Amino acid sequence: MNLTLKIWRQKNANDKGKIVDYPISDISPDMSFLEMLDVLNQELIEKGESPVAFDHDCREGICGTCSLYINGRAHGPETKITVCQLHMRSFKDGDTIYIEPWRAEAFPVIKDLVVDRTSFDRIQQAGGFISVNTSGNTQDANAIPIKKENADKAFDAATCIGCGACVASCKNSSAMLFVSAKVSQFALLPQGQVEATDRVLNMVKQMDDEGFGNCTNTGACEVECPKGISLENIARMNREYLAASLKG
Amino acid sequence: MSGILNSSIGRKFAMALSALFLMVFLLQHFAINILSVFSPDTFNDVSHFMGTFWVIQYLLQPVLIFGVLFHFVMGFILEYKNWSARKIGYAKTSRAATSTWMSRNMLLTGAVVLAFMVLHFIDFWIPEINTKYIVGDMSGLIDPANAESGLRYYEELVHKFHHPLRVGAYVISFVLLSLHLLHGFNSAFQSVGANNKYTKGLKGFSKVYAIGVPLGFVFIALFHHFTH
Repeated sequence: MNLTLKIWRQKNANDKGKIVDYPISDISPDMSFLEMLDVLNQELIEKGESPVAFDHDCREGICGTCSLYINGRAHGPETKITVCQLHMRSFKDGDTIYIEPWRAEAFPVIKDLVVDRTSFDRIQQAGGFISVNTSGNTQDANAIPIKKENADKAFDAATCIGCGACVASCKNSSAMLFVSAKVSQFALLPQGQVEATDRVLNMVKQMDDEGFGNCTNTGACEVECPKGISLENIARMNREYLAASLKG
Repeated sequence: MSGILNSSIGRKFAMALSALFLMVFLLQHFAINILSVFSPDTFNDVSHFMGTFWVIQYLLQPVLIFGVLFHFVMGFILEYKNWSARKIGYAKTSRAATSTWMSRNMLLTGAVVLAFMVLHFIDFWIPEINTKYIVGDMSGLIDPANAESGLRYYEELVHKFHHPLRVGAYVISFVLLSLHLLHGFNSAFQSVGANNKYTKGLKGFSKVYAIGVPLGFVFIALFHHFTH
């Protein structure tokens, strides 16, 4: 396959940045998208140019690190996958492919396609946990009876990998799908009840302080989420937040 | 509870409540207007009641005006905040693949509805308030000096739908309102936390409402335009 790549290049956080064209040839349709970028980087290094910086880690669709906005969509044209699971057979010979970083004020670009997603870490630190006595006599979580439906929903919410595709794909740069998954994961389980009120209030406050936008229920986040996190979680978070506000 | 409107979820909740309130109002407005098609006398009587009953005039009307203003002002505030959350946009986007046109253009459709409401206020509300509270005529009669002249509401309605340009603006506005409601109705329920086993039925009902009610208003306008 011969392709034209239009890639966002930005030297550092303070650089203005611009789209740069890179023609690339002899790409196998069986390559992953990241492997294609590896080939491009090898060519750039051989030419003495700076390789394109992009995030990647597990390359198994689990870590959520590969944050690329490809041809106008988070993680590219397929659904429920990360970029490492995207293969070049999803494109046609001769295609022009735009590759951009996640765009949000809360995800500032560090270099090229790499963004700072520590805002998600700070939201998580604000309440995305349960406090458990780990002195050695901790009760086995499996010993606590949990309704099957709730256990399944909590597990579904817990599959969120914090990749940020929800923010990237939302026209408002809202992080509500991410935060709602973290809130739901604990709200549905007995272990999460003790800190439920503080959790949702603190996580939503941190989300707002980080500068994410407001959800307008377009549903783009749900479509682009590699783990298929449901909008139902946002509704649950809204209920949890409103109830917590009345209590608090 | 304090500061709930300062949070993103609180603002969403308030926006949704004002939207649900306005949708209830729209339905009762339609229920009264459709009477004009079937019985001008009944339409006159109900309109006169709505225009003079103190609970509606002095309690519900101010709440309605506040609801309308709140919905529009909050809509613009949310849009500004959302714009601020991404000052540098993408070079290429394919939003149509992930969301509906209606959900992405609530500001546009809302702005058209707002423009229509200005026209609507100039057409009906301001003359009505002027007649009742400036002139001081609470009779609702065409000719206050003649008790036999009959109530004026139906005549005013028919008169307003005479000009094709006004009818055209009316029709376009209600098409845009329908598009606004096609996303807004369901979105309001999601914002207040209602997304559960009843969601499928709710979505069906919201589509019936979002298409049916504006279409009904369009029918009323066209009916009076072509029959008078």
